[in-house]
Amino acid sequence: MAYFLLHSRTSKPSRRINPTPVSADRPNSKPKTCFTSTPLQKVSSPPLGVEPLEGTVTVGSPMSLKEERELLKREKTKLAQQAVSLPPCSLDPCTPTKTGVRTESKVTPDSQTTCPEPSKVTFSSELDILAELYCTCISENLVPNLFLELFFVMQLLTSRSPHTHDGEEQLSMCSGNSDVLERCYLRQVHNCVYFAVKVLENQFQLVAHLDKCTLRLLAENERVASFSPELKDRLTQAQDRSTAKLSPSVSTFIHSVPFQPATDNRSNFGSDKAFHTFKKQRDIFYEVLREWEDLHKEPSWNFDAALGPKIRGMMSQLTSAGNHSHFARLFLKQLVQMCKGPRTNTPSVEAPDADLLGMLGADSLGRLKRLEERLIQPHGVVGPCPPPSFPGHQEFFRDFIQTASCCQMNQHLQDSLCQQLLQLDEVSILSPAASTGDGEDEEDGDMEQQDEKQRFTSVLLLARLLAKFLGFIAFLPYQTSEKPSKEIQETSVALRSKSVQVLDVCAVLQNSVRRRRTILTIPWLVEFLSMLDFIGPLLLCYRGALGTLLLLYRRLQLNRHEEMCYLNKLLLVSVLGWLFQIPVIPEDIFFTSEFTALVQEEDGVTGSTGLDCIPLVDQQLLYTCCPFLGEFRKLLAAFVSGSAARSGGIIRKITPTSAELKDTPTANRSQHKLQVDLEQAFFHNQPPSLRRTVDFVAERVGSNAVKHIKATLVRELVDSGEEMLKDGLQSPNSNASKLNDSICARLCDAGLESLGKANRFCNEKSPDAIRILLPVETTPAVLTTSENITKRLAAEKACSWLSANITALIRREWKSRYERVIKALRSPVAPDSMDPDGAEAELVRQGQVNTPKRKQERLVSCPPSCKHNSPLPSDILIEIKEILSIAVGPRTDEELPTGSQLRRQLQRVRNTLECRKFLSAVSEQMLQNCTVLLACKLVSGELPLRSSWGSRHGGVAVDPSAGSEPSVSEILEQLAELWEGGCGASAPLHQLFTPITVAAVLKANDTEKKNYLFLVRKLVNKGILSEEEVLSYWKKLTDLTLPTELIENFQLQSQSIELSLPLTEMQMCFEKLQPSHQTIEGAT
Amino acid sequence: MKLSRSEYKEIARWTDQLRPTRQCMKMLRDRFPHHSQSTLLSIFSLEYQKRTKRTISRHHAPDVMERYYQRYLNETRVRPTDPVLLELANEVDLSPALMARIILDRFLKDQGGEMPSKTILNSMLKEPSLIADQILATNIYQCTINDCCYGPLVDCIKHAVGQEHEVLLRDKLMERNLSFLDENQLRTMGYDKTPDIILEVPVAVEGHIIHWIESKASFGDDHSHRTYLNEQFWSYWNRFGPGLVIYWYGFIEELDCQRDRGILLKDCFPTDIVTLCHASQQEHTPESQKKDKE
Repeated sequence: MAYFLLHSRTSKPSRRINPTPVSADRPNSKPKTCFTSTPLQKVSSPPLGVEPLEGTVTVGSPMSLKEERELLKREKTKLAQQAVSLPPCSLDPCTPTKTGVRTESKVTPDSQTTCPEPSKVTFSSELDILAELYCTCISENLVPNLFLELFFVMQLLTSRSPHTHDGEEQLSMCSGNSDVLERCYLRQVHNCVYFAVKVLENQFQLVAHLDKCTLRLLAENERVASFSPELKDRLTQAQDRSTAKLSPSVSTFIHSVPFQPATDNRSNFGSDKAFHTFKKQRDIFYEVLREWEDLHKEPSWNFDAALGPKIRGMMSQLTSAGNHSHFARLFLKQLVQMCKGPRTNTPSVEAPDADLLGMLGADSLGRLKRLEERLIQPHGVVGPCPPPSFPGHQEFFRDFIQTASCCQMNQHLQDSLCQQLLQLDEVSILSPAASTGDGEDEEDGDMEQQDEKQRFTSVLLLARLLAKFLGFIAFLPYQTSEKPSKEIQETSVALRSKSVQVLDVCAVLQNSVRRRRTILTIPWLVEFLSMLDFIGPLLLCYRGALGTLLLLYRRLQLNRHEEMCYLNKLLLVSVLGWLFQIPVIPEDIFFTSEFTALVQEEDGVTGSTGLDCIPLVDQQLLYTCCPFLGEFRKLLAAFVSGSAARSGGIIRKITPTSAELKDTPTANRSQHKLQVDLEQAFFHNQPPSLRRTVDFVAERVGSNAVKHIKATLVRELVDSGEEMLKDGLQSPNSNASKLNDSICARLCDAGLESLGKANRFCNEKSPDAIRILLPVETTPAVLTTSENITKRLAAEKACSWLSANITALIRREWKSRYERVIKALRSPVAPDSMDPDGAEAELVRQGQVNTPKRKQERLVSCPPSCKHNSPLPSDILIEIKEILSIAVGPRTDEELPTGSQLRRQLQRVRNTLECRKFLSAVSEQMLQNCTVLLACKLVSGELPLRSSWGSRHGGVAVDPSAGSEPSVSEILEQLAELWEGGCGASAPLHQLFTPITVAAVLKANDTEKKNYLFLVRKLVNKGILSEEEVLSYWKKLTDLTLPTELIENFQLQSQSIELSLPLTEMQMCFEKLQPSHQTIEGAT
Repeated sequence: MKLSRSEYKEIARWTDQLRPTRQCMKMLRDRFPHHSQSTLLSIFSLEYQKRTKRTISRHHAPDVMERYYQRYLNETRVRPTDPVLLELANEVDLSPALMARIILDRFLKDQGGEMPSKTILNSMLKEPSLIADQILATNIYQCTINDCCYGPLVDCIKHAVGQEHEVLLRDKLMERNLSFLDENQLRTMGYDKTPDIILEVPVAVEGHIIHWIESKASFGDDHSHRTYLNEQFWSYWNRFGPGLVIYWYGFIEELDCQRDRGILLKDCFPTDIVTLCHASQQEHTPESQKKDKE
């Protein structure tokens, strides 16, 4: 009789227990509820109107029946023979997650269900035997998934009898059945609870490893209390020991992948175009990510429709620039950044209310029941075997890959994932046992152990994430929504078995078993394999791996005392059990015997203590890797709250599948020289931390040496190259490109000294670092040796990089410097020799005539006492602009400045020009330009000064009535002093001599002309302009055609001006103007 | 100065009728006496640029440009000393500096018969005395100097303002002893996008961790902020993490809504700065701890 139970629970891979939220799926699971696989099934047609619980839980497939039987035989269960039957009425009780047909009635469970009572249990001795058998199967790992069984037991515990009366009639019918196999052992809720409590008692160790919340809910369950007060007490005690709890959700604030010059700057790209393309792609990637974050939860939003065009555009850009490797790196780094966190596996919505239930406990919750029913959505109890999923941000990355549909990107991702995974798989985690040699540093050991545990957790979680995505990409091309037919399967297997798989799972697994590192390898392999397509498991390589995993699973009996600790085993059993329930994994695998040889072979090889023997897994990690363990809590909470959560067989759609070829990079152990062997020997008897320190320091110092050389030697070389180039270009007949080549060659030669430099750098820096990092007690010999090894390793690293790259680096740096220098030489404001444009350009050039001379005097720093509090250049520019715009008009007379206003303004200009702090070349030049223009407007009378009493005077230069108001000439003198002041760049004084200015002066009256000549004289006297310069300006001017009468007028005027000083240059000007007058006359 | 969106809109609406001249700027100042002049100018400039972008194609149609040129020629013939070109620009609601460019371009084509080079054109706009025709030179000068939104002088002022504020920012950082890398250093290191400042050690401003600071010597309105976000700020975030933008001339306060996502807006150098304290320093006040946790 018990055999039935065993059979129906253990032998059937009862994967369809998993309830699905999709109600449409349920009809599919219904036909399977009939246990058609059992010969005696005809007797047991399910009672009308009752959806049997067992039906959703167990499914017999005819194909596997035979194997099941064989298995059971081996288990020496000889109670009943092969005929196994399901008592038709055993399914009547409902569990909280299983709303029987009666859910339509809105009556609360209390009034509906029968309260189970120990006194009403029937068949108790048979149930005892059944429980014992059942527990044996669990203990011996004869069930495909321990937690599925435990879940079933919890369901029994929380089941509700749909009948308000005890159904004497049925009872008698069942018990009256003479066949021991056909009695309805679990027909009554009393029996269900009795059985469940028995199993829980038996499997207490397993139960006790569940989280605190679950234990509390169990302990407070009134059924447990009434059926076994002892169990209740034990559970209460266990609560205190349990450490697993929900970790606070990780901050949702996402960080970007930092830009690292070492991997991301221009030198890592083949061309400028590639570099700039990637710059854009990076930004688009984050743009897409942000859009997804904002919108993906909206119901009408569709990933492909919304982001597809952008992503595919991006992919084609990447393809044309050949940037996939860069993008793949960014993509994976971002994936790790966002998804590695432990709690990404739990949909955040469910956590809060489940937690609340747990915290409040059963008692208070009873009262909240009604409220809860109205306010909170039913708990989504999905059972302990959810399909593989991509929770949280993982969804984004999965959808991105799917939408991008870019084979280049996928290949790069695979390459990178594979490499990273295998590296992670090799990671060395230290056993605390190794360091227990000297008992004195127990504390150190503890801390180290803690660190190692954390490291392991981090490595494991990362590996699982990467493996899932590797599997996803690898099996993507083969993914089908339906299981292919037998023929297609065979063809596909034949086809695909010829190509190499992305990952040699068998080799990885065997290696791991041999080295006792399964605790790291299996969890990530499971993630990889969970992505398989329907055909995948039929391929020899994967079938072999699955077989090996199965045998390992069988061996991992939790109660057996071995070197592997309980939680390590529990994690493995849990993830493997989950894997075996995934629909794409063929059910028959669990019941075949074809794999026995494999593990036995491996079993013979015993390695030294590996990871498996270190207690690395804690409850926290277990729950992080197996979030579905939280289903127990939900189930129990749902029972308390009476919430009618929906359930049903989940039908998992497994999307992934494919296999692309890539050789597994086998760790090639290169042959080392004697020195290296000696070094190894040295490390062997030293604490492992020494080695890590040395490796680390050597790595860092070596890398720093390279950086230092880049920053110093390379820069110096390039600087010296620039000097050589500039010198070379000054000589006549110089050829820039020839110079470039020869300089480059010289620089590269000089670059070879970098090796020596790197050596010296490493020799100098390594010992300091080592001395600080090693314990103070380290003996001198050990210290010296460590220092020397570090020096050598660091230098080796630096030199190997340098000798391979220094020349290219110098070439590149030089090239960009060369281009910059050449560009700078060609592009100064004045179009030099190259510019073929006419007179205008010529004039522009003239403007520069006076600059070179005074450039040397240019001050580049503030005066010593400068407080940097002079007005900002921009403010001054705005003010001057205002005055100039008044000068050029249109304006009202009221807007005109007075002499003293102008004087103050010019003082402000002066202050600003003196302080260099805020002054840029551009603003300085503009400011100077503005002052010259201001002078032009003053000497031409275009900007008259407003007298202080308001009425306007034409030219107030010599107006004595102006009183304290400064005259124009005084302002001009101030301007001349400003230009003389020697601050900064020179003013473009040539503008004083442009036709437009001179014409304006000529048009004005005598006072203006006098002012003009006064200014010019000042400039010459102060040495701001030389006489030759003035002359050359005038000469240019006379070449131009000025209106005849103006020149005549000017000539007349200038002759009448009384000049106190003999101004030779002016005299000459007038002379010069004469012939021009004639030419003009002649021309007309 | 932070403005609410409605305040901003009121100002923007008011600028609709203005021309970019000194006279109009004065009207604007008189209308909004409580706002700083630079904020008002910045807002007007932004709004005017939007207006120009909307309408510029209208003025750039060949027949329209020709009409402008002929009108200019005719009118200068009649009244050679009047600010003909400036009046024309104001009449057709085109930036005087842009009008000057159109007319000068056309004039040079007339003279040389071929397309004048951009360099020549720019140097003449910058220094109209290079233009042979003196009446035109005077007109051009009147246009460029009177325009407060476009033109070489305005460009230079904008450049200077930006530069000065970067200097101010660096000063403030040095005052606070915060070490940083500036744009030039970053560029030599090969960064593809460079904010004005990257902090070598991140700090928390008003409880938000920042890695970089960008200085904007302008007002942050919807349009420019959106553009900056797309072209700069998010790019910085994508490379360096969260950061701070200082709009020295203020911004629409509703735009400061990405704080939790890593972009913080301020209109001045922040005062609430929490730095990383080493255990030995012991200056972790309860207050700053609280801020740390935020």
